[in-house]
Order: sequence, then structure tokens, then C-alpha cells
Amino acid sequence: MDLDLMISSFPKLLNATLVTLKLLSLSLIFGLILGLFFAILRLNKNIFLNKFSYFYSYIFRGTPLLVQIFIIYFGLGQIEFLRSSFLWIILKEPYWCAIIAFSLNTGAYTSEILRSAFETIDKGFLEAGDSLGISKKIIFYKIQIPIAIRQSLPAYGNEIILMLKGTSLASTVTLMDLTGVAKYIISTTFKPIEVFIVAGGIYLFMTFIIHNVIKFLEKKYSYK
Amino acid sequence: MDLLAFGNTGWGDELFFATLMTIAVSISAMVIGFCFALIFTPLKLSKNKFLNFIGNSYTTIIRGVPELLVIYLLFFGGSGAVMYVASIFGYNKYIEINAFITGSFAIGIISGAYSTEVFRGAILSIDKGQFEASKVLGLKKPVHFFKVIMPQMLRLAIPNLSNVWQITLKDTSLISVTGLVEIMRQSYIAAGSTRDPLFFYSFAAVLYLLLTFLSMKLINKLETKYRRGY
Repeated sequence: MDLDLMISSFPKLLNATLVTLKLLSLSLIFGLILGLFFAILRLNKNIFLNKFSYFYSYIFRGTPLLVQIFIIYFGLGQIEFLRSSFLWIILKEPYWCAIIAFSLNTGAYTSEILRSAFETIDKGFLEAGDSLGISKKIIFYKIQIPIAIRQSLPAYGNEIILMLKGTSLASTVTLMDLTGVAKYIISTTFKPIEVFIVAGGIYLFMTFIIHNVIKFLEKKYSYK
Repeated sequence: MDLLAFGNTGWGDELFFATLMTIAVSISAMVIGFCFALIFTPLKLSKNKFLNFIGNSYTTIIRGVPELLVIYLLFFGGSGAVMYVASIFGYNKYIEINAFITGSFAIGIISGAYSTEVFRGAILSIDKGQFEASKVLGLKKPVHFFKVIMPQMLRLAIPNLSNVWQITLKDTSLISVTGLVEIMRQSYIAAGSTRDPLFFYSFAAVLYLLLTFLSMKLINKLETKYRRGY
């Protein structure tokens, strides 16, 4: 055990944690928007929209995140008109490519979580709203969405933790996130165990916090 | 399409063997994971606080730390650890561990943590009467486990194990960072030499989709088999 290395690498890893957290929060925000959008499409009765949303989530859930990042980061640069369009400003940055890939990926999982939450809402709530003469829009915003959020909290908490682990893949496209810096330190010092303990500890601390925040929210928003 | 030709002109045969490699790594990782699960599930269910703590730490740590980090730990630390053990037995030469073994071991440890959770859940949801009945009948422990608990546990566990299989299959793509030539690594090589990453990575995505799709079909068949009579 090399305690000095553990202590000296701690600030570097903590700095890199900021990159990880930035990646995580941005992709969760975009992913939530995407997920809600596709969940609504999925519940639509129009077969075309329905199938489109189904294939989106099927493809992103059926392939590894690593492939998705590589397609976006290495692959999209090959398309000529993308290179000449304004989108290239975003797509040439590994940072934004990683965020796009993560958002699309977590969006697919989130849409499944939200869809099943919407589907398990008791019909009585909707009928009660209907019989009170509340308009469809308000039923959706004021009844369906709050209940769906409550229903999907445990599954969404898991998804946040999975995404936190997923951000480690950003290190494969040259980003120096927590895993990227950990790998750099390991490959320069050849002390994998010490670095693993520190970096793993930081990750575990983050999962611990996320887990407890979700638990707190679950309690706060339970019916009882 | 020329790019996918078999033989020396295209990448078809290389990608085919890479796919076989992915399947091989996934299966061996799954088997290694089962071995881990068989060790750690009893620990997690045990009433002894210390054993319980060991079981819980395994699943918590592995499920809370990114897969890549575990892979780097084993990839950089694996041969060192083996050499250390070997030196105790008086063998001091350099030992290099095969990338396939490191890879399947790394993914196996990860998939084992998920399998442990699945088995634990399945055993907990078996009716208590079953345990009591086999005790009353005076069945020996192995008979009790293999003939009473295991068949019921498998039926309950298969749907969730299929999720673990999907996760394991997708996690094998991460092994590519260690240089083992599976789908992802082969696409990387092909994309580098043809300068056509879009095509090869998309093709890799198609291969993974195909694998997940086919394995789902197979697992559904297994599921109906184990659900006979329910």
C-alpha cells in the first residue's frame, strides 16, 4: 500500500470528479426531456409515432453505450454536410459528443421507465378528473405527471446510478473525467490498487448520496 | 458492401470471428459470474453479521463503481497479483495473463454482483412453507438445495437473469480497451485502416442488436420451459 500516492492523487481525482458531475447532470437533464418526449410518443395511438419511439428505445437499449459514443464521436465527422454545417462546432468537441451519446442513451431508458409509470396510473384518477370536467391538458400536467414521477422514482434512481457509471466511458474519447484521470495515474505509476480504492471510493460516495436523496424523495412523495 | 467481403479483401471474416469472441467472453463471464453468485448469495442471506457484511460489500462496491475502473484494476493489477501469489510458491518469473482470461474475469465479477442480487431476490420470494416442509421431511442439505430450492429459484430468477445477460453482453464491449479482439476492437481496427468509422461502428451496433435480439428469443423459450405448470 502506497499511502502517499493515495493522498497525492486525491485532489487530482477530486478535480476530475467535477467533470464527471458536469457530464452526469447535463446528460440527465437532456435525457429527462428526451425520455418524457418519447414516453408521450410511445403512449400515442398513432402507429407510426408509437413504432418510432419503440425503435428508438430498442436500439439505444440493445447496443452498448461505447458503440453509441464511438458512432457519434468518430462516425458523424465522416458525413460531409455535417462537417460544413454549424453543428460541427458542437460535434467536433468530445465533451459534447459524450453528452449527446449519454443523453440519447439515458433518454431511451428514461422513456421506458416513464412509459411504464404512465401505464400503471390507476384509471380512477383519470376518470375522476374527467368527471370533474377538467380539460385533458390539465389532467396530464396536474394528475398524470405528478403520479408518474412518484411511480418512477425508484427506477429512475437506479438509472441515475447507471448513468453515473456510464459517464466513465467519456474517458475513451479523450475526456479526463474521474475514470480517465484514474487510468492516467494507474498507467504512470503502475499502482492500480491504491488508485482504484481512491477513485472507487469517490464513485461509491456519489452513489451513496444519490441513493439516499432518492430514498428521501420517495418518502416525501409517497401517498401515505 | 465490399468492406464486408470475406477473405483478404474485406473485413467480413474478421468481424465474424470477433462476434464469436464476444459470445465466448459473454458466456464465460456469465459462468464466472454464477460461480461468484453461488459464493456470495449464501453470504448475503446468512445471519452471521460478518459474512453478511462481506456479501453486501461485494455487491455494493461492484454495482457502485464503473465497469471500466474494475477492468483497469484487473488489467493493470491482475498479472501483478498472480505473480505475487506465484512468488509465495517460489515462482519468480514474469507471468502475463491472457487478455481473454482477464476480460472474462473482470466482466464475470461485475455480472456476478448482479446475479447475486437476482438469486437473493429469488430465494427470498420462495414460499417459506417449502423450506419448512423439506426440513420436516428430514431431507439432507444438498437434496434440500438441489431438489427443492434450486428448481423454484431458477423459475423465479430467469426473467431477471435475462437482464443480467443483456448487461453482460453489452459490458463485453468495454473489454476492447484491453486489446482483446472482440466486436468493438475489431471495428476499431477496421475503422482505423479504412477510415470509415461510421460504417464499421454502425455495423458493430447492428451486430450487438442481433445478439441481444437472438438471445432474447432463446431466453423466452427457456422461460416457457421452466414455467410449465404455472
